[in-house]
Amino acid sequence: MDDLYREQIIDRYKHPLMKGTLEPNDYSYEDDNPLCGDRIRIDMRVDEKDIVTEAAFSGTGCAISQASADLLMESVVGKSLDEVKALTKEDILELLGIELGPVRLKCALLSLKVLKAGVYGLDELEEELARI
Amino acid sequence: MHTLTVLDIERVRGQFPILSRETKPGVPLIYLDSAATSQKPRQVIEAMSTYYERQNANIHRGIHRLAEEATESFESARDKVTEFIGAKSARQVIFTRNTTESVNLVAYSWGRANLGKGDLIVLTEMEHHSNMVPWQMLAQERGVRLAFVKVTEEGLLDLGSFHDLLENKPQLVAFTHMSNMLGTINPVKEMTRLAQEVGAVVLIDGAQSVPHLPVNISDIGADFYAFSAHKMCGPTGIGVLYGREDLLDEMPPFLGGGDMIKRVQLETFTVNDLPHKFEAGTPPIAEAIGLGAAIDFLTSIGMQAVHQHEKLLIERMLDRLEEVPGVRVYGPGVEHKGGVASFSFEGVHPHDVAQILDGQGIAVRAGHHCAMPIHEKFGLAATTRASFYLYNTVEEVDSLIEGLYQVKEVFG
Ligand SMILES: Cc1ncc(COP(=O)(O)O)c(C=O)c1O
Repeated sequence: MDDLYREQIIDRYKHPLMKGTLEPNDYSYEDDNPLCGDRIRIDMRVDEKDIVTEAAFSGTGCAISQASADLLMESVVGKSLDEVKALTKEDILELLGIELGPVRLKCALLSLKVLKAGVYGLDELEEELARI
Repeated sequence: MHTLTVLDIERVRGQFPILSRETKPGVPLIYLDSAATSQKPRQVIEAMSTYYERQNANIHRGIHRLAEEATESFESARDKVTEFIGAKSARQVIFTRNTTESVNLVAYSWGRANLGKGDLIVLTEMEHHSNMVPWQMLAQERGVRLAFVKVTEEGLLDLGSFHDLLENKPQLVAFTHMSNMLGTINPVKEMTRLAQEVGAVVLIDGAQSVPHLPVNISDIGADFYAFSAHKMCGPTGIGVLYGREDLLDEMPPFLGGGDMIKRVQLETFTVNDLPHKFEAGTPPIAEAIGLGAAIDFLTSIGMQAVHQHEKLLIERMLDRLEEVPGVRVYGPGVEHKGGVASFSFEGVHPHDVAQILDGQGIAVRAGHHCAMPIHEKFGLAATTRASFYLYNTVEEVDSLIEGLYQVKEVFG
């Protein structure tokens, strides 16, 4: 079977650990990938030291985008916002443990894009996105 | 064993070199994405390389031998198109880059000369973006209104809604001959007649019809008709705009430059005759020759046979899809449908369906197929689409169905 659909990814897709919304929250952002219609929202709560205490995602998408969102949300809990800001494409690929072509890479990175839009605010985002 | 009898399928397939490749060792290619672009038979590829090896020269103004031969080959391709689509004269056949450019040419030239504030363009909900966005641009620029013929739940144009919109006396009515998402083949002759009766000019997007159905544009009676070579066994980079001659004569030129002029002075120019008036600059010469070869190829098989063959495939496909739990197909039944099946798979994203099929060598498309509004209408962001052509087989349809069971297994 296709390497992309390793058990971990299918499992995360079917039984996500971090799916849901947080109300109230400290950070919330939503965006879509119009090319495939995938839409992801990310919610986070942070403590007084800007450490992420809770995180959740919601939305629809392919197995790759949903699994990477789930893994990403799991990984940000316990990180400082500065550490969250420093996350890169390589971190996502490491979480997924697979190689991706350019089209599927967009699926995998949607959650990171949304996460960064949330923590940076839109102004700083453009600059940051160029780095992803 | 191949069970189809309309075409000598082995012979047809033998003419497409790409069909004998594997996608990875031991996995043969099953190409079910011809609505996006078709594969090319050897005689098209060879016609183009022969041109480059034997005739390559710029056309029209050359006195030398190569230029004369190249001009002759280029114009003979135009004559083949003229005959293939049943146009009355080669003056009505303008070479563009693709369907998209053909529609833009009309929107830019005819549209800007003839439409203004308060005028009405009628389109349909099932249009490809290329027969939607050029009109949206014109509407924004000129204050032209747009209205859309509704699509029924079954995936047919709602002819009641078409009649209602015609009562508002639109200046232009533009619609697709065949939908690239639903596969719907529209009653274009009747629609053209009704639209012209209220004084509208009619443009038809033939990107999916000319490659797959017998099409006689004079019989349909359309004022403009657009299609692309790359979906009909020809190369990318060349498309056709057919136009009614008196309309084309009155229209201002589109792009300016060489070839589209008779003479140029410092301050002014005189426009060339049709069809050259709309072909500024060096055209895609090898591509025109490739298109001519594609037409020879399709003609040798016969468009009726191509259509019949695809009907058998889509019938099989719809039959077998019914047995796969969780699959829903969009668009009408075979009676009104060409060789296109877009479907959703419950609980599985189209990207994942396409990716798993790709692992088995099966090429399908996942996405909105440049028709976002019709997807939205059916509450979808994307679908998986399998589309057929003359080289596809019943066995390939069956492999696709088996592939879908695999998808089910992975996501089960
Ligand atoms: C119905 C329809 N119209 C227009 C187009 C646009 O064709 P092209 O990209 O060759 O301009 C397509 C191709 O995808 C199509 O299917």
